[in-house]
Amino acid sequence: MKPDSKFDTLVKNTKDVNFTLFGEVVTAPKGSTLAAVILSHSGDTFRQTETGALRSAFCMMGVCFECLVEVNGNQNTQSCMILIEDKMVVKRQVGLRQIEICEND
Amino acid sequence: MTDYDIIIIGAGPAGMSAASVAANGGLDVLLLDEQPDAGGQVYRNIKQNETEQNWFGNDYSSGKHLVNAINCNKITKYFNATVWRVEKNKRVIWSHNGESKISAASHIVLATGAQERPFPFPGWTLPGVMTVGSAQILMKSSGIFPKEAVLVGSGPLLYLVATQMIDANCPPKALLETQTLRMMMNSLIHLPKALLNMKSLIKGFMFIQKIKSAGVPRYKSVSRLKAQSSENGSIKFLFLHKGIRRSLTTKLLLIHQGVIPSTEISRSIGVDHSWNKSQLAFQPIIDKWGKTNIDGIYIAGDCAGINGSNAAVLYGKKVATKILYETGKVSFYFYTKQSLCIRTRLFFTNSVRLFLDTIFAVPQEILLPSDETIVCRCEEKTVGEVKLGLNEGICGVRQLKTSIRSGMGLCQGRMCDATIRSIMLHNTSQDDKTILAPKARSPLKPITLGEMSKIKKD
Repeated sequence: MKPDSKFDTLVKNTKDVNFTLFGEVVTAPKGSTLAAVILSHSGDTFRQTETGALRSAFCMMGVCFECLVEVNGNQNTQSCMILIEDKMVVKRQVGLRQIEICEND
Repeated sequence: MTDYDIIIIGAGPAGMSAASVAANGGLDVLLLDEQPDAGGQVYRNIKQNETEQNWFGNDYSSGKHLVNAINCNKITKYFNATVWRVEKNKRVIWSHNGESKISAASHIVLATGAQERPFPFPGWTLPGVMTVGSAQILMKSSGIFPKEAVLVGSGPLLYLVATQMIDANCPPKALLETQTLRMMMNSLIHLPKALLNMKSLIKGFMFIQKIKSAGVPRYKSVSRLKAQSSENGSIKFLFLHKGIRRSLTTKLLLIHQGVIPSTEISRSIGVDHSWNKSQLAFQPIIDKWGKTNIDGIYIAGDCAGINGSNAAVLYGKKVATKILYETGKVSFYFYTKQSLCIRTRLFFTNSVRLFLDTIFAVPQEILLPSDETIVCRCEEKTVGEVKLGLNEGICGVRQLKTSIRSGMGLCQGRMCDATIRSIMLHNTSQDDKTILAPKARSPLKPITLGEMSKIKKD
């Protein structure tokens, strides 16, 4: 069971965005950063370090690199630095970024 | 050939005021910022919050005119734009929507602001521990407020955010202050000068009054901080208060220990830096106009030393006025008149700084955390590991990085440089002067090799 969010939503915007967060379809206000949506959705952690320690967003301004998630297949994405978009697929990042072999690039 | 007269990096108070003064004087400006919109962290999302309730106070609302002033056709603005390289020949390489571009100008103004000082104690990496600044960013940018959070640390922002939480009807569960009686005594000598900025002192006093009347429990002079994870993702926070070991359980622990200048860009270009003894941070060496030792590179605002947002606005104006004069856009009379006026206002604004630096001094246990404390969050290296390395003969930050990997992670030392410096200072016979500012190298933020290989000229 996922823990409750540690935050209260006091301002609700109407324009909504639908996307997939950790395997669940989520609706959130347009213009929100991904990290803010993850924090208000539940008290779940963002990622697992190489040694298996759990981490969540820490600075919310792009400095600490704790809020890394996988967005549309791109690992090491700072979720506090991007805004949510329709049909985005967000996965929890486990361990270090894996090297992928791209045929088109 | 140059694309712009000025490239300004950072659209916070300093960057915005520099941009509007330069553009009004007739210069072509490129303004770059990493965040989704103008305002910096101080005036974050000010445009969107115009109609919301006034939780953030009048100081926040005062940023509106700065944001409006940069809507001018002489200013080309890019947000979500990450600068990852700045060169001495005044070329800036920046990433936007997965593509990197090169822009050149005859002048570059760095206005990258500040970050919160790393606040290491055992357990500061646990989920549920965030910075006070991060909570304020969430309040401003997403309208989400901390639930029954415990605030711990020191500095003006700690009190400001506590009052904003009270106003939004989400008061903190407790306020824990690391400030000691000795720090308060030490600050008294700077109080007479601070009286010249009475407005700031009164503001601070009002914050404390509001916190007191809201009935938020306060624990003063707390030490030996330690966070442990508890059930349901909660944090059990242990601390020493008046000789008694206490603990509080909270969902969210918000920590703050003041702010330090963001100097990655200035360090990477080769600007000279010095150690600020009262603020315990490196800062670029600039002259009274904001000029660095590199021709055409200027610095304005908190990234040149912490003085707050009001001062940052004035520093931005000053730098822009200087550049206008150097490019022949304004007369000598206008330039001297303007700069005298700005410098007078800066004198009064900054008169409170030494008092604040002393009264909110950084406690020793943050400068030299216990051995079990993680110092480098990215590479998960503890203070003990760093000390062991130093005792085995490692010299300097660079050897430390290559030998034990502290400071080699994605944040590139932003979260550990400050602590590692104080550990080095304590563990070796080196004095303040012999430890130089650590080098910063491009790419200053991680970008892919694929993106680097496809760089376009803007």
